[in-house]
Amino acid sequence: MQRPSTDRSDPNPIEAADAASLAVHTQDLAKRYGKTVALSGLTMSVRRAEVFGFLGPNGAGKTTAVKLLVGLAHPTAGEAWVLGAPVGDLQTRRRLGYLPELFRYQGWMKAREVLGLHCELSGMARSEWKAEIASALELVGLSERADDKVEGFSKGMQQRLGLGVALLGRPELVLLDEPTSALDPVGRHDVREIIRTLKARGTAVFLNSHLLSEVEQICDRLAVVDHGRVIATGTMAQILGQDGAVRVRVTGLPAGSRAGLGEFGNLEDEGEWLTFRGLPSERVPQLVAEIVRQGGRVYAVEPRHETLEDRFLQLLKEQDQ
Amino acid sequence: MTQVLTIARLTILEASRRKLLLALGVLTILVIVLTSWGFSRLPTMSGVTPAEVRLASSQLTILVAFMFSGVLALGSTLVAAPSIASDIESGIALAILPRPIRRSQLLMGKWLGLAFLVTLYAAGSGLLELLGIWLATGYTPPNPVAALTFVAAEGIVLMTLTLLLSTRLAPMTGGVIALVLFFVGWIGGIALAIGTGFDNETIKNIGTGSRLLIPTDALWHGAIFHLEPPDFLALARAGGRGARAGNPFFADAPLPGIYIAWVVGWLAAIIGLANWSFAKRDL
Repeated sequence: MQRPSTDRSDPNPIEAADAASLAVHTQDLAKRYGKTVALSGLTMSVRRAEVFGFLGPNGAGKTTAVKLLVGLAHPTAGEAWVLGAPVGDLQTRRRLGYLPELFRYQGWMKAREVLGLHCELSGMARSEWKAEIASALELVGLSERADDKVEGFSKGMQQRLGLGVALLGRPELVLLDEPTSALDPVGRHDVREIIRTLKARGTAVFLNSHLLSEVEQICDRLAVVDHGRVIATGTMAQILGQDGAVRVRVTGLPAGSRAGLGEFGNLEDEGEWLTFRGLPSERVPQLVAEIVRQGGRVYAVEPRHETLEDRFLQLLKEQDQ
Repeated sequence: MTQVLTIARLTILEASRRKLLLALGVLTILVIVLTSWGFSRLPTMSGVTPAEVRLASSQLTILVAFMFSGVLALGSTLVAAPSIASDIESGIALAILPRPIRRSQLLMGKWLGLAFLVTLYAAGSGLLELLGIWLATGYTPPNPVAALTFVAAEGIVLMTLTLLLSTRLAPMTGGVIALVLFFVGWIGGIALAIGTGFDNETIKNIGTGSRLLIPTDALWHGAIFHLEPPDFLALARAGGRGARAGNPFFADAPLPGIYIAWVVGWLAAIIGLANWSFAKRDL
């Protein structure tokens, strides 16, 4: 079976020189923990005001990448810029929001106090705190619980609070590490709406998630990582190959003639069904004519609708091979 | 500096909200009331002279000070051991450190808050206890402020060492190591006293080495000296070196200025090491 080629590079690459105008840019970023390689040569870019999905299986290096971007871990090699400044820059952190994957806030504090502490730490003028805190509480649906101690919060409520903290001060970039992992379906819907609101405000969102349907619904572009490196990146359409994936049911093709059809796109041979990726729609009649010319009988021609999950699993499989 | 003060205030607020200050305050007042009552019995004993009451009071004051310094040392360890380690384990540090705050500011804020708590407890409990003793017997030690300063310094030294351990080790591990070092320092102090008393260079060197590496026991002896009335000192000195050898509740000289300078340098070095250790750690 001929495998489709893996889309290892962004079809619309961003030059490193543009790093200043990007929300995030990394170049060969690597991280080792002793002998364990967590990240090996991560190169990617996130544009301003876009929702960028960061996908990968467990242990792919997603959380490590986010920790490197917010300065919680130090890279072994490579470089990274956040909002045009090298990672760790103190002033840039004022314009950054971050929701860690595993976190807890001071249980002895009230939700309002936690938000106040983060307003203070982010250097926000005291006169702005009240409105900012009220807005964050409203956005994440915690207004009614503002004066309750955090130790009484469920995990989902803590995650909502974490999201509220990440959104304080209208950051230009928000990094969300599995923001919906503890939320019920209503909470997940709310988070998606919040992310859309952020995008509308012009905030770039870096969404680290393994909930593929979530990423599929809200991300403008995405990167798939495995074993610490990007194995595919691009827009959703580019990743899914919707620019031209066609399935054809055909019988009677002489042996050896299938390989010749590879010129129409990346061919995936599944017996009677042949899938051609990267095939422009105007070339479909030409493909059918060629199959018939070679003696094949065509029973069906249909566009291939691939889910992100299908594509994700396929990419990982290719990577393993 | 603002960020350091914010974290220091948070540390003190946490101790207050978690009822640490309340628990310590109630227990301390209870102990002070009981010990003051005990002191008030001294003058009522039959056939006792005012000089004997004064001598007994001075010795009992040192024992009570030892108890409070012990509570302070253990308390400093218990509070400092989880201060950084637990914040990392629970993820509190992960939420705070991406803010525009340096790790050194977080660490120094914790140190400042804990140092304030140690000083507050040393000053509060010490002054109240001395007030109780004065009311009960009329006795006051020669230099209570200097003595309490050394007690507070002992707590701060141990707290700083524990904070360094907290940047790398789990709370339980860091706390246990700090306590072991504290008691090793105490035994080292006794070794120094025995080595000095019997002019044994080897034991003396071991004791001196322990005092240089772990200054807690030396600071405790600095406090003892300022609690000893001159007539007691004269009496003890007349008894000869052998009589005083190894007594952990006696100091026959104040801490030399050069040693105090060493302790200040030691503190600066441990704080520097803690900052370096925390800055290099991947979270």
